[in-house]
Amino acid sequence: MTTAVQTQPDQGLNTMESVQAELAELKQRVEALEPGQQNKLSMIVFSGELDKLLASMIIATGAAAMGMKVVLFFTFWGTAALRKPDANVGGKDLMAKMFGWMLPKGRNKVKLSKMNMGGMGTAMLKGLMKKKNAPSLDQLFDMAAQLGVEIKVCEMSMDLMGFKREEIIDYPNMEYVGVATFLAHAGESKNQLFL
Amino acid sequence: MSDHAVARVLDLKGLPCPMPVVKISQEIGSVKVGEVIEVHTTDPGSLSDFPAWAKTTGNEVLETDQGNGVIRIFVKRLK
Repeated sequence: MTTAVQTQPDQGLNTMESVQAELAELKQRVEALEPGQQNKLSMIVFSGELDKLLASMIIATGAAAMGMKVVLFFTFWGTAALRKPDANVGGKDLMAKMFGWMLPKGRNKVKLSKMNMGGMGTAMLKGLMKKKNAPSLDQLFDMAAQLGVEIKVCEMSMDLMGFKREEIIDYPNMEYVGVATFLAHAGESKNQLFL
Repeated sequence: MSDHAVARVLDLKGLPCPMPVVKISQEIGSVKVGEVIEVHTTDPGSLSDFPAWAKTTGNEVLETDQGNGVIRIFVKRLK
Protein backbone atom coordinates (compact mmCIF):
# COMPACT_ATOMS: atom_id res chain seq x y z
CA MET A 1 0.00 0.00 0.00
CA THR A 2 2.73 2.41 1.00
CA THR A 3 4.73 1.52 -2.11
CA ALA A 4 1.66 2.15 -4.24
CA VAL A 5 1.23 5.59 -2.73
CA GLN A 6 4.87 6.38 -3.39
CA THR A 7 4.82 5.32 -7.01
CA GLN A 8 1.66 7.15 -7.92
CA PRO A 9 3.08 10.67 -7.72
CA ASP A 10 6.02 9.41 -9.78
CA GLN A 11 3.71 8.15 -12.46
CA GLY A 12 1.84 11.42 -12.34
CA LEU A 13 5.05 13.32 -12.95
CA ASN A 14 5.94 11.01 -15.85
CA THR A 15 2.59 11.58 -17.51
CA MET A 16 2.90 15.32 -17.05
CA GLU A 17 6.27 15.25 -18.72
CA SER A 18 5.11 13.10 -21.60
CA VAL A 19 2.05 15.28 -22.10
CA GLN A 20 4.26 18.35 -22.15
CA ALA A 21 6.61 16.69 -24.64
CA GLU A 22 3.69 15.70 -26.82
CA LEU A 23 2.30 19.22 -26.62
CA ALA A 24 5.63 20.70 -27.68
CA GLU A 25 5.82 18.31 -30.61
CA LEU A 26 2.27 19.13 -31.70
CA LYS A 27 2.99 22.85 -31.40
CA GLN A 28 5.96 22.41 -33.69
CA ARG A 29 3.91 20.50 -36.24
CA VAL A 30 1.13 23.09 -36.25
CA GLU A 31 3.68 25.85 -36.76
CA ALA A 32 5.15 23.95 -39.69
CA LEU A 33 1.68 23.60 -41.22
CA GLU A 34 0.58 27.18 -40.67
CA PRO A 35 2.49 28.75 -43.57
CA GLY A 36 0.48 26.46 -45.89
CA GLN A 37 -2.69 28.08 -44.62
CA GLN A 38 -2.13 31.49 -46.16
CA ASN A 39 -5.05 32.80 -48.16
CA LYS A 40 -3.02 32.68 -51.32
CA LEU A 41 -3.21 31.20 -54.82
CA SER A 42 -0.09 30.07 -56.65
CA MET A 43 -0.70 29.25 -60.29
CA ILE A 44 1.60 27.90 -62.98
CA VAL A 45 0.73 29.33 -66.38
CA PHE A 46 2.39 26.78 -68.63
CA SER A 47 0.32 26.34 -71.77
CA GLY A 48 0.24 29.84 -73.22
CA GLU A 49 -2.81 29.20 -75.38
CA LEU A 50 -5.66 31.70 -75.63
CA ASP A 51 -8.29 29.59 -73.86
CA LYS A 52 -5.98 28.59 -71.03
CA LEU A 53 -4.64 32.12 -70.62
CA LEU A 54 -8.19 33.44 -70.38
CA ALA A 55 -9.00 30.84 -67.73
CA SER A 56 -5.79 31.69 -65.83
CA MET A 57 -6.43 35.42 -65.83
CA ILE A 58 -10.12 35.11 -64.94
CA ILE A 59 -9.28 32.87 -61.99
CA ALA A 60 -6.42 35.18 -60.97
CA THR A 61 -8.49 38.36 -61.02
CA GLY A 62 -11.42 36.57 -59.39
CA ALA A 63 -9.17 35.26 -56.60
CA ALA A 64 -7.70 38.72 -56.04
CA ALA A 65 -11.25 40.09 -55.81
CA MET A 66 -11.98 37.45 -53.17
CA GLY A 67 -9.19 38.97 -51.11
CA MET A 68 -6.59 36.32 -51.92
CA LYS A 69 -2.96 37.06 -52.64
CA VAL A 70 -2.27 35.77 -56.15
CA VAL A 71 1.05 34.79 -57.71
CA LEU A 72 1.25 33.66 -61.33
CA PHE A 73 4.30 31.77 -62.57
CA PHE A 74 4.69 31.97 -66.31
CA THR A 75 6.80 29.12 -67.60
CA PHE A 76 7.54 27.33 -70.89
CA TRP A 77 4.98 28.19 -73.59
CA GLY A 78 3.36 30.62 -71.18
CA THR A 79 6.35 32.98 -71.36
CA ALA A 80 5.63 33.77 -75.03
CA ALA A 81 2.35 35.37 -73.93
CA LEU A 82 4.37 37.96 -72.02
CA ARG A 83 6.28 39.17 -75.08
CA LYS A 84 5.77 42.66 -76.41
CA PRO A 85 4.01 42.62 -79.78
CA ASP A 86 6.57 44.77 -81.53
CA ALA A 87 9.91 44.19 -79.83
CA ASN A 88 12.79 43.48 -82.17
CA VAL A 89 15.72 42.29 -80.14
CA GLY A 90 19.07 41.71 -81.74
CA GLY A 91 22.02 39.58 -80.68
CA LYS A 92 20.22 36.24 -80.82
CA ASP A 93 21.70 32.98 -82.09
CA LEU A 94 19.98 30.88 -84.75
CA MET A 95 17.93 28.74 -82.33
CA ALA A 96 16.76 31.78 -80.37
CA LYS A 97 15.80 33.50 -83.60
CA MET A 98 13.79 30.44 -84.65
CA PHE A 99 11.95 30.29 -81.33
CA GLY A 100 11.34 34.00 -81.52
CA TRP A 101 9.96 33.65 -85.00
CA MET A 102 7.79 30.58 -84.40
CA LEU A 103 6.28 31.48 -81.04
CA PRO A 104 3.50 34.05 -80.63
CA LYS A 105 4.62 37.63 -80.13
CA GLY A 106 2.54 38.37 -77.10
CA ARG A 107 -0.88 37.61 -75.67
CA ASN A 108 -2.78 38.94 -78.67
CA LYS A 109 -1.11 36.47 -81.01
CA VAL A 110 -1.88 33.30 -79.07
CA LYS A 111 -4.26 30.68 -80.49
CA LEU A 112 -6.90 28.36 -79.07
CA SER A 113 -5.72 24.94 -77.87
CA LYS A 114 -8.73 23.34 -79.58
CA MET A 115 -10.79 24.27 -82.64
CA ASN A 116 -8.26 26.80 -83.87
CA MET A 117 -8.97 25.77 -87.49
CA GLY A 118 -6.10 27.70 -88.98
CA GLY A 119 -6.91 30.77 -86.91
CA MET A 120 -10.60 30.83 -87.82
CA GLY A 121 -11.69 29.43 -84.46
CA THR A 122 -9.57 31.95 -82.57
CA ALA A 123 -10.96 34.85 -84.62
CA MET A 124 -14.50 33.58 -84.05
CA LEU A 125 -13.99 33.29 -80.29
CA LYS A 126 -12.56 36.80 -80.12
CA GLY A 127 -15.56 38.11 -82.05
CA LEU A 128 -17.89 36.27 -79.72
CA MET A 129 -16.12 37.64 -76.64
CA LYS A 130 -16.49 41.16 -77.97
CA LYS A 131 -20.18 40.59 -78.66
CA LYS A 132 -20.73 39.22 -75.15
CA ASN A 133 -18.66 42.01 -73.63
CA ALA A 134 -16.27 39.47 -72.07
CA PRO A 135 -12.97 41.01 -70.92
CA SER A 136 -10.07 40.57 -73.35
CA LEU A 137 -6.61 39.43 -72.27
CA ASP A 138 -5.49 43.08 -72.42
CA GLN A 139 -8.25 44.08 -70.01
CA LEU A 140 -7.59 41.10 -67.75
CA PHE A 141 -3.86 41.89 -67.52
CA ASP A 142 -4.65 45.54 -66.70
CA MET A 143 -7.11 44.46 -64.05
CA ALA A 144 -4.66 41.93 -62.59
CA ALA A 145 -2.06 44.69 -62.27
CA GLN A 146 -4.60 46.95 -60.53
CA LEU A 147 -5.59 44.18 -58.13
CA GLY A 148 -1.98 43.47 -57.21
CA VAL A 149 -1.72 40.06 -58.89
CA GLU A 150 2.00 39.22 -59.03
CA ILE A 151 3.65 37.80 -62.12
CA LYS A 152 6.87 35.81 -61.93
CA VAL A 153 8.63 34.54 -65.02
CA CYS A 154 10.62 31.33 -65.26
CA GLU A 155 14.19 32.34 -65.94
CA MET A 156 15.08 29.01 -67.50
CA SER A 157 12.24 29.13 -70.04
CA MET A 158 13.41 32.61 -71.05
CA ASP A 159 16.92 31.29 -71.49
CA LEU A 160 15.84 28.13 -73.36
CA MET A 161 13.74 30.02 -75.86
CA GLY A 162 16.22 32.83 -76.13
CA PHE A 163 13.76 35.49 -74.95
CA LYS A 164 15.42 38.66 -73.69
CA ARG A 165 14.03 40.80 -70.91
CA GLU A 166 13.73 43.75 -73.30
CA GLU A 167 11.04 41.89 -75.24
CA ILE A 168 8.89 41.17 -72.17
CA ILE A 169 5.95 43.46 -71.36
CA ASP A 170 6.03 46.02 -68.57
CA TYR A 171 4.08 44.76 -65.58
CA PRO A 172 4.34 46.07 -62.03
CA ASN A 173 6.97 44.28 -59.95
CA MET A 174 7.50 41.48 -62.44
CA GLU A 175 10.32 39.18 -61.37
CA TYR A 176 12.44 36.53 -63.06
CA VAL A 177 12.65 33.48 -60.85
CA GLY A 178 13.47 29.78 -60.60
CA VAL A 179 11.63 26.72 -59.37
CA ALA A 180 12.53 27.30 -55.72
CA THR A 181 10.63 30.58 -55.71
CA PHE A 182 7.54 28.86 -57.06
CA LEU A 183 7.81 26.03 -54.52
CA ALA A 184 8.27 28.48 -51.64
CA HIS A 185 5.14 30.36 -52.69
CA ALA A 186 3.19 27.16 -53.38
CA GLY A 187 4.18 25.81 -49.96
CA GLU A 188 2.49 28.70 -48.17
CA SER A 189 -0.56 28.79 -50.43
CA LYS A 190 -3.91 27.20 -49.71
CA ASN A 191 -4.52 26.85 -53.43
CA GLN A 192 -2.26 25.81 -56.25
CA LEU A 193 -3.17 25.44 -59.90
CA PHE A 194 -1.42 24.37 -63.08
CA LEU A 195 -2.78 25.56 -66.38
CA MET B 1 -39.08 43.20 -49.58
CA SER B 2 -35.96 45.06 -50.67
CA ASP B 3 -36.58 47.82 -48.16
CA HIS B 4 -32.94 48.03 -47.22
CA ALA B 5 -31.46 51.48 -46.70
CA VAL B 6 -29.23 51.56 -49.76
CA ALA B 7 -26.17 53.78 -49.59
CA ARG B 8 -25.16 53.27 -53.19
CA VAL B 9 -26.36 51.62 -56.40
CA LEU B 10 -23.74 49.89 -58.52
CA ASP B 11 -24.75 49.28 -62.12
CA LEU B 12 -22.86 46.26 -63.48
CA LYS B 13 -25.33 45.34 -66.21
CA GLY B 14 -23.77 43.74 -69.27
CA LEU B 15 -20.56 42.78 -67.50
CA PRO B 16 -19.78 39.05 -67.51
CA CYS B 17 -17.59 36.95 -65.20
CA PRO B 18 -15.26 37.86 -63.50
CA MET B 19 -16.17 41.57 -63.68
CA PRO B 20 -19.09 41.73 -61.20
CA VAL B 21 -17.05 40.22 -58.38
CA VAL B 22 -13.98 42.30 -59.28
CA LYS B 23 -16.09 45.47 -59.27
CA ILE B 24 -17.78 44.78 -55.93
CA SER B 25 -14.37 44.06 -54.37
CA GLN B 26 -13.14 47.42 -55.66
CA GLU B 27 -16.26 49.36 -54.68
CA ILE B 28 -17.19 47.87 -51.31
CA GLY B 29 -14.77 50.28 -49.66
CA SER B 30 -16.75 53.24 -51.02
CA VAL B 31 -19.47 52.76 -48.40
CA LYS B 32 -19.12 52.69 -44.64
CA VAL B 33 -19.17 49.51 -42.56
CA GLY B 34 -22.81 48.59 -42.02
CA GLU B 35 -24.01 50.31 -45.19
CA VAL B 36 -25.58 48.53 -48.14
CA ILE B 37 -24.70 48.55 -51.84
CA GLU B 38 -27.41 47.57 -54.30
CA VAL B 39 -25.83 45.82 -57.29
CA HIS B 40 -27.57 45.48 -60.65
CA THR B 41 -26.14 42.73 -62.84
CA THR B 42 -27.15 40.63 -65.83
CA ASP B 43 -24.63 37.87 -65.13
CA PRO B 44 -26.51 34.80 -63.81
CA GLY B 45 -23.27 33.51 -62.24
CA SER B 46 -23.45 36.44 -59.82
CA LEU B 47 -26.30 34.71 -57.98
CA SER B 48 -23.86 32.18 -56.58
CA ASP B 49 -20.69 34.27 -56.90
CA PHE B 50 -21.75 37.15 -54.67
CA PRO B 51 -22.64 34.95 -51.68
CA ALA B 52 -19.34 33.08 -52.19
CA TRP B 53 -17.45 36.35 -52.38
CA ALA B 54 -19.23 37.69 -49.31
CA LYS B 55 -18.53 34.55 -47.31
CA THR B 56 -14.84 34.66 -48.18
CA THR B 57 -14.35 38.38 -47.63
CA GLY B 58 -16.48 38.58 -44.48
CA ASN B 59 -19.32 40.67 -45.89
CA GLU B 60 -23.00 39.82 -46.23
CA VAL B 61 -25.50 39.37 -49.04
CA LEU B 62 -28.81 40.45 -47.55
CA GLU B 63 -31.03 39.58 -50.48
CA THR B 64 -31.06 38.78 -54.16
CA ASP B 65 -33.96 39.18 -56.53
CA GLN B 66 -34.58 38.86 -60.24
CA GLY B 67 -36.94 40.60 -62.59
CA ASN B 68 -36.97 42.09 -66.09
CA GLY B 69 -33.71 40.33 -66.85
CA VAL B 70 -31.87 42.19 -64.11
CA ILE B 71 -30.53 40.59 -60.96
CA ARG B 72 -30.43 42.81 -57.88
CA ILE B 73 -28.08 41.94 -55.05
CA PHE B 74 -27.99 43.78 -51.75
CA VAL B 75 -24.53 43.65 -50.23
CA LYS B 76 -23.85 44.86 -46.71
CA ARG B 77 -20.31 45.88 -45.86
CA LEU B 78 -19.33 44.22 -42.58
CA LYS B 79 -15.60 44.97 -42.44
